[in-house]
Amino acid sequence: MKTNQIMKRAARYVIFYAALFGLWTLLAELKIWPPYLFPTPWGVAEALYAGFKDHTYWIAMRVSMERVLIGYSISVVLGMILGLGVASNKFLEQTMGGLLVSLQSLPSICWWPLALLWFGLNQNAILFVVIMGSLLSVTLAMEDGRKQMPKIFGMAGRNLGAKGFKLFWYVLLPACLPFIVSGLKQGWAFAWRSLITAEMLYLSLGLGQVLMMGRDLNDMSAVVAVMILIIAIGYIIDGVVFKGMERHLQNKWGLAPAT
Amino acid sequence: MNASAQHIPTELPNSVQPFRPTPPGNSGGKVVALPLELPAPRALPVIAKVGLREICLRYRTHTGDRLLALDRINLEVKAGEFLCVVGPSGCGKSTLLHLIAGLQPPTSGQILVDGNPVEGPGTDRIMIFQEHGLFPWLTVGQNVEFGMKMKGVGRAEREEKTRYYLRLVHLAKFEKSYIHQLSGGMRQRVAIARALATEPDVLLMDEPFGALDAQTRDLLHDELERIWSDTGCTIIFVTHNVREAVRLGDRVVLLTFRPGRVKTEFPVDLPRPRHLEDPAVARAAGQILVQLRDEINRSLEAEYAEGVKPRIEPGVEA
Repeated sequence: MKTNQIMKRAARYVIFYAALFGLWTLLAELKIWPPYLFPTPWGVAEALYAGFKDHTYWIAMRVSMERVLIGYSISVVLGMILGLGVASNKFLEQTMGGLLVSLQSLPSICWWPLALLWFGLNQNAILFVVIMGSLLSVTLAMEDGRKQMPKIFGMAGRNLGAKGFKLFWYVLLPACLPFIVSGLKQGWAFAWRSLITAEMLYLSLGLGQVLMMGRDLNDMSAVVAVMILIIAIGYIIDGVVFKGMERHLQNKWGLAPAT
Repeated sequence: MNASAQHIPTELPNSVQPFRPTPPGNSGGKVVALPLELPAPRALPVIAKVGLREICLRYRTHTGDRLLALDRINLEVKAGEFLCVVGPSGCGKSTLLHLIAGLQPPTSGQILVDGNPVEGPGTDRIMIFQEHGLFPWLTVGQNVEFGMKMKGVGRAEREEKTRYYLRLVHLAKFEKSYIHQLSGGMRQRVAIARALATEPDVLLMDEPFGALDAQTRDLLHDELERIWSDTGCTIIFVTHNVREAVRLGDRVVLLTFRPGRVKTEFPVDLPRPRHLEDPAVARAAGQILVQLRDEINRSLEAEYAEGVKPRIEPGVEA
């Protein structure tokens, strides 16, 4: 019965994507728009092949992944510290809490002009934008998680002799994790988007720049090819890393799987 | 038995009602309350294991009112004693344990352990919570060794002790299981093993068996009594179940409803092992229940008068 369900699900996927692909091919073949405005599937496939063959895409992916990993890691660490501070201090909560929420409505790319002035036209400016993109999500998630976390874990931990960093690392952090995993996921999505946006604004070797290169060359096939890469990486990280983390937590805590 | 009552200045001596098992020949079946016998003066001054001196605690409720939760509590617990604390809900009996555990400071008064003032949590006093407080992200074994890990005990010793204490609570086979895979009674046994693994002098038990079914609770009473006599630790056991208190305790302390004060102390002189359904246990419990009922009525009156029970803000924050 189980395999039957999986087969059905797979069939649904195949049908959906086949239909989508068919529609795209059809629209391209009808030639309503010229090919430089509306690329064909074959054109995109060729662009992907060429891009991987001359290593442009491999390099771009590596550079972008490195940046997002560094930036995201920094936001996670900073966000957890900030969130914990805001959650455990009434003064901070009442003052900074509102500021954090209002700052979240600011697209992170708005920091770009300042970042350029502060860090210069280099990697650090991009990292700054990435951090600003995901920091708030992580901070707010951590604050919320710390409040939602049953108080008994903190009491039990302190009672058993955990304090300071040990209390945070061995008790508070693992106890919060199920409550912050969605915030971490959101933070990742924001980091990834901010990175691509920042890369598009500057000669940066990353995926964003490769995308802009396609525009400059009027090669819409290349643009769509890079868009597909960006989506694929985002989807894989979400589906593999975060889904895996969620499943792992559910197994440990005995929570019902959220389907 | 009466030595402990003697240290309580706020209590009238005649409020101490010792329980004695009915002599076999006594067909009347009535509990004979013996007159208070003053113990002979001791040669050595005995420092109580846990001493509470004039403990007061004030809370701020969510409406902003200040509420006196505990009022001048004086108690002395001897080393190796099994003390049960009963009282209506809202009398601050759980809070009392938090204070002794050092998770929360009292508003005034002093808590002494071995004559030294308590200044925070310490692994010489371990709590067992009603909701067990086990860490769901750790296996049973990792939960048990947690306190030792925090203390910096080496891995080999930790593993050995973890196995020892899991065997003690008959859960050796479940070392690798996660908490959600265990039943309520098993979880509470893990909590006991985890507490014992830090080798505390005092176990603070906050209605640990309140959420368990009757059979499981009976079983755990036997196990707890055995562990207590094996380890010789001091136990302060909070419950709202008077029969449970008499079944387990050397002494039962009844707290009043808000503010919590020591109303009466009842030494329990019944032979061990006891059983919940022993007639002597039931009779002793009956006497306590009479006084407890007054307090429960007061708590109910307060509840109805206020419409809604004032919610006591948990002051404990990790």
